Order: sequence, then C-alpha cells, then structure tokens
Amino acid sequence: MVAARVGVLSLQGDVREHVATLRSIGVVAVAVRTLHDLDAVDGLIIPGGESTTIARLLETSGLRFALGERLRDGMAVLGTCAGLIVLSRSIVDGRADQWSFGTLEVDVRRNGFGRQIASFESVIEVNGIGPVSGVFIRAPKIEAWSSAVTVLATHDDGSGPTPVLVRQGAAWGCSFHPELTDDHRIHELFVASL
Amino acid sequence: MKRGLADMLRGGVIMDVVNPEQAKIAEDAGAVAVMALERVPSDIRRDGGVARMSDPHMIQEIQATVTIPVMAKARIGHFAEAQILQALDVDYIDESEVLTPADEENHIDKWGFTVPFVCGATNLGEALRRIGEGACLIRSKGEAGTGNVVEAVRHLRTINAQMRRLASADAAEIYRLAKDLQAPLPLVLEVASTGHLPVPMFCAGGISTPADASLVMQLGAEAVFVGSGIFKSEDPQLMARAIVEATTHYLDASVVAKVSTGLGAAMRGAETSTLELRLAERGW
Repeated sequence: MVAARVGVLSLQGDVREHVATLRSIGVVAVAVRTLHDLDAVDGLIIPGGESTTIARLLETSGLRFALGERLRDGMAVLGTCAGLIVLSRSIVDGRADQWSFGTLEVDVRRNGFGRQIASFESVIEVNGIGPVSGVFIRAPKIEAWSSAVTVLATHDDGSGPTPVLVRQGAAWGCSFHPELTDDHRIHELFVASL
Repeated sequence: MKRGLADMLRGGVIMDVVNPEQAKIAEDAGAVAVMALERVPSDIRRDGGVARMSDPHMIQEIQATVTIPVMAKARIGHFAEAQILQALDVDYIDESEVLTPADEENHIDKWGFTVPFVCGATNLGEALRRIGEGACLIRSKGEAGTGNVVEAVRHLRTINAQMRRLASADAAEIYRLAKDLQAPLPLVLEVASTGHLPVPMFCAGGISTPADASLVMQLGAEAVFVGSGIFKSEDPQLMARAIVEATTHYLDASVVAKVSTGLGAAMRGAETSTLELRLAERGW
C-alpha cells in the first residue's frame, strides 16, 4: 500500500506548523499552491490565517474551482480556524462578497469569540480522544449547523456550549489550532479517516 | 500563548492605510492585516515635526470597515499610547521607530499588556532584546518611507548571518556571543539550538514592488509590511494585489513576472545614503 499524501494549502497562514505536525506522525506532507500540487494529494488541510486572504488567493491561483470539485467528490479535508470558515456553508456578519465552499453545513461568525485581545487557551473534551488543549486566536464561532454534522467537541464561553470540532463525512472543521500544540491526536484522527 | 498569535499572519501582506477607503482596498486585495496611521512614513518624512499615535476615531473607523486584524503604532517607550491602543481593542501594537520616540533609553515593557506587540530590529541583538521585553513578532526596520529596499535587505541578512553564527558556536562561545549581541542569554541559547527566532520574523521598510516582496521572502522573511509602497504608487489597487500574489508565490518567478506586468509606476523612492533622518537608528 502506498502511504497517503496529505497536502497543506500553502497560500497564507500557519502552514509550517501543520506540515511539521503531519511529518511528526509519519505522514507525507506536501505544500499545495497549484493545480498540479492539488492533483497529487489524497487529503488536504486548510490552515489558520486570514480567510479573506486565503479566499482571494484561491481565486488568483486558479485553485477555487478545482478544489471545490475535489471537495464535492468527497476528498478528505480538515479546516482549522480560517480553514473552517473557508469550508463553511455561510459566514455570518462577514463581508457581503465573501464566498465559501459549503462543504460543512455550518454557519460561522468570524472572530465570534472576540478580537485578537480575547484570544485564549482552554481544555476541550473531544469525543473518542479525551481532553486536548485548544488554542483559540480570533476564532470563528459555529452558530448553526445541520443534522448531517457530527459535533465532536464543544466549548462554552459563557453564552452556552457551541461546537468547536465538527465532522461531516470526509470533511472536518475546527475552531481552534491543534497544530500549535504538541498534542497531535486530532491530526491522527483526521489521517486515520483517509 | 503569545508566541502563536502572529503565526496566522505568515505568508501575508500587512498594508499601511490612512482612512477606511484605503483599508477596504487593502482587504479586497487580500491583505492579512492593516496598519492604521494618520500619515504613511514617506509623508511623515516630508512633513517633519513630532509623529504620534493616530487619532482613536480614525482607528475605530477602520476597525468598523474591515474584518481583518487592525494594527496601530505607538511611539517607542510611550506606554500610555500603548494603553490607549489596547483599550481601543486594536489587534497588534507596533512600537515603531517611524513615530518620534518618547523614551531614548527604554522600550515599553510589553509583558504588561494582553495585546500582542510587533517591534522593529536591525540586527539579532536588537530583535532578542525586543522579544525579551515581550514582543511576539519582529520585523526588520528597513528605512521606512524611502521606497528603497536596501536597508531591509541589510537587516535581514544581518539577522540571518548572526543566527547562523550562533548555530555553529560551541558551548563556551555562546556566552561571549550573547555579550556581543547584548541579548538575554536564554533567548540566545534558544536561537543557537533551533536556528531561528522564537517568534516570526517579518520584513518592513522600503518594499514597493512585487519583486521586492519576493526578494525579502527568499531572504527568510515570513511576511511583509508595505507602508508607502502601495498608496504612493500609480495604481494602488493593482499594486496591492500584485504584492499579495508575489508574497505567496515568491518562489515561482513566472507568477511574480506575471503580476509585475503593467502595474504603472511604483512610488518614486529615495536614495538612503543621502537621507538626513534615518528612522532605523531609533531603538535601543
């Protein structure tokens, strides 16, 4: 069996941490910047960064439609923070013209947990794994989701529990940054689903 | 915790803007953040006088306009300006040599703040002193407002060369190198073992074309700040987009060539050797 090749969308954001995490769990990690790169991977991680920037660069690099097609075909994908926004079905209170792939049937609010100054770290209980350390940086908040979405972890910021790790088929979305800690279990979970 | 914050800006372009209209152009072009200030560095240079923190109203207008992070500048050592910027919920404070320094011996104690700080550096010792004071992001200073990339290149190359020297030092040499760098020993030891800064290193000062962005990214910058280079060019919208694309695809010269085509005139720029005011010398 040939080992799975997992791409990390390398247009903008904390690409290096995802690549390092994948390599440390023995996965072949590939930077994806072009259509040619995308063709060569079995799954993809969309990293944290700025979702408006990543969306714009997906358009200019010609990746938007090719990636959209791969996602509709059921390619495994994990979006963290900005990546979750890019995969969502709608963006609440964002820019009127900001598009997203609609792979995950969730509505997200950009910076839903507050601006930079409100960034925080919290222990998150993940189904099937147990407690993990969640780093939230200007994190998006999932405000609504369809019944097709499985909620794997929630966080309560005082306004009631909201999902922070979700899965719908081959697509995973995460409000926080598992790539910024030494705990690689969320990446292992994603890779095991390939 | 503070160390992870700036990682989300990597591979991006942070643009100086002086009003909400420019902020919107920057966001549309794909900027990862904007720096809200009253005058871009080339105008500060031209006008002279004391350059201070921006009017809070102007910063708030920009915060209301864009969804990306908004940064603002405080004078070196002016912790009261920094307190005001933190109270305004800005996403980053740049303790900046572009403004007139308020303290010629001390920088702000940045550990006393929850908002992350970015600081300029011309060499490794300066970078590590700022990190020791709590900066979570370092940028090369370059020579702001000149449209001339030569100083930014000098600073990046200096920092890289000094990091390589540390990486090859034996245990006994480290102490003397820390003394030469005038930098905190624990941070010197960390750089010696990892080979890079403990926080991201971005580039600022004089970047005014897509080729400049590609150059500094290839020299090890992880993102770029563009000050006067965008809104002092002939077609800011086009220039902003081109620099964003060149920063992402800096290793692919065919993309940089494509986006460099038909941009109109870049900002005029200045020869740095004849400058009377050298902003990069501010900071201690």
